Amino acid sequence: MTTAASTRRPAGAGVPARGPRLTGADVAVASASHGLLAVWTLIIAVPFGWTLMSSFKTSREILASPFALPSQFSLDNYVSAWTKAGIGSYFLNTVLVVASSLILVMLLGSMCAYVLARYKFPGNRLIYNAMLAAMTFPLFLAIVPLFFILQRFALLNTLPGLTLTYVAFALPFTVFFLHAFFEQLPHDVYEAAQVDGAGEWRTFFQIMLPMAKPGLASVAILNFIGLWNQFMLPIVFNTKRENWVLTQGMTAFAKATGRAVDYGAMFAAVVMTIIPVLVVYVVFQNRLEGSVSQGTFR
Amino acid sequence: MTTTTGMTVGRPLRRAAHRRRRLTFDKASFMVVFLVLPLAVFVVFVAVPYAQSIYYALTNWRGFSDQMDFVGLANFGTIFTDEVFLASLRNSALLGAVMPTVILAIAFAIAFVVTSGGPAVGQVRGLAGSGLYRVVSFFPYAVPAIVTSLIWVQVFDPSRGLLNGLLTAVGLDQFENFAWLGNESTAMPASMFTIAWGLIGFYTVLFVAAIKGVPAETYEAARIDGAGRFRTAVFVALPQVLGNVRVAYIYLGLMVIDSFGYMMVLNPQGGPNYSTLTLTQELYLTAFKNGQFGLATAMGLTLAGVTLLYAAVIFGVFRLVGGRDERGRA
Repeated sequence: MTTAASTRRPAGAGVPARGPRLTGADVAVASASHGLLAVWTLIIAVPFGWTLMSSFKTSREILASPFALPSQFSLDNYVSAWTKAGIGSYFLNTVLVVASSLILVMLLGSMCAYVLARYKFPGNRLIYNAMLAAMTFPLFLAIVPLFFILQRFALLNTLPGLTLTYVAFALPFTVFFLHAFFEQLPHDVYEAAQVDGAGEWRTFFQIMLPMAKPGLASVAILNFIGLWNQFMLPIVFNTKRENWVLTQGMTAFAKATGRAVDYGAMFAAVVMTIIPVLVVYVVFQNRLEGSVSQGTFR
Repeated sequence: MTTTTGMTVGRPLRRAAHRRRRLTFDKASFMVVFLVLPLAVFVVFVAVPYAQSIYYALTNWRGFSDQMDFVGLANFGTIFTDEVFLASLRNSALLGAVMPTVILAIAFAIAFVVTSGGPAVGQVRGLAGSGLYRVVSFFPYAVPAIVTSLIWVQVFDPSRGLLNGLLTAVGLDQFENFAWLGNESTAMPASMFTIAWGLIGFYTVLFVAAIKGVPAETYEAARIDGAGRFRTAVFVALPQVLGNVRVAYIYLGLMVIDSFGYMMVLNPQGGPNYSTLTLTQELYLTAFKNGQFGLATAMGLTLAGVTLLYAAVIFGVFRLVGGRDERGRA
């Protein structure tokens, strides 16, 4: 919202008093830090590793001991999670809804942000501030009225309806983020395009949008993670089982209790849900870490 | 919020006037499509529901019947005398009061060590091999809250869980079959741990970027003056990234006061004696299990109130300790 963070400078950070430098302190501090970070890394990694290992065990083996290795390597759990537990169809639903809402929200969001950032017209600030306010209100306040709005449009419990709600609630963040981005694009380029006879449409799609690519990529990644992981909207607006998305399929495992649960399939389902975000994370890791800072330091 | 001037910077006035005179079809169609389409989606699915909720909260609507009477503030009277709702309000307030500070303190400590915890001689740099810590630490953020919780439900499982398996393996037999999520005294701490586990990584990355943005000379100057690592972290690095800390407090606060995804898996019914029931869960159950939509929207408004109060407290505190970065975001 504010301009670049680079203008923020400390008003003379108070410098503490002098003191003797300890010899060997480097080693001590480094090993202590490494120790603590290693413990933290283990706390993160061990549950993931344990989940992966358990996903290859039979339910009987899982119930017998949390540590024992799987007696044989088999993908049975993955097959039964994909087919019997319905993870396959939830996966496809999720891909469909997330992909279409991502494309829509990026298109609508960049259009809206561009107009708000580069054109002066009455109501501009009002629209921008309304979007900002919507970002800070709790989503839960809107769900009851939204439920009946969707019902009136016959969009309740449909995938297009879910897609539209995803778009609507990802829009304010997208606009807010891209607004700052479009604002920074040089105006001479726009002028040049005008002089060369490009219309407004062409200027946007052929000149401005390509120039905003880094910003678009950052928002797209953050939106992808957010929408892939979305849970509250589907659980309220998408209750028909054949339309479920992955996160809903996962809660079905959480609700089921007792020995009837196919624990092996559950662990396999967890692994399959994580893999797409893991792939996106590993591929885009640098860009993602960049977008985290961009998105919050403006 | 404060860059109003940025919008028209650099555009020659003559040209702007020229354009206003001639509104071509190209320009008109462009403005209409680019503005109206996104705004229509925003208004219908976001703005209108928020506005309607204020009215719904003042009615006794149960959704599927036609009966929808205006009952004034009666819904608020009902919920504020309801023990279960008050328990959920307390739990959400507790999450909002405790979690952001805990998460941000740990994230800042990790970030500082990773970026500037290296040897005190030579250039200021992070610990060796810190890239690995950063990557591993961030990863839980990319995992859905649902899945994070599902993994920890398994780890906390009384009989086949990893935690009790480890504890009994080292001889702590009292933890055999101990239900971490089923005991009133441990359910909330275990849930909080799970949420922290899922969120710390994101804020670590955020602080790493922030601390890297501080000019290295600042640290070098502090070091020459003999400041140790702890003092450098608290008195030099922290004040520099205070603006980022405030933004993080706001984001994180909204997220943990919500906590819906985590809690719906850890304890779908709100835990032993409602000890982990959050306001969002209670709202969801009231609306979509009991069909009391009027009551539920009143809870939604209460939630919005809690959120605004939280934001106000954060801004107040940061105004007291900070002073700088007055241009900060809302």
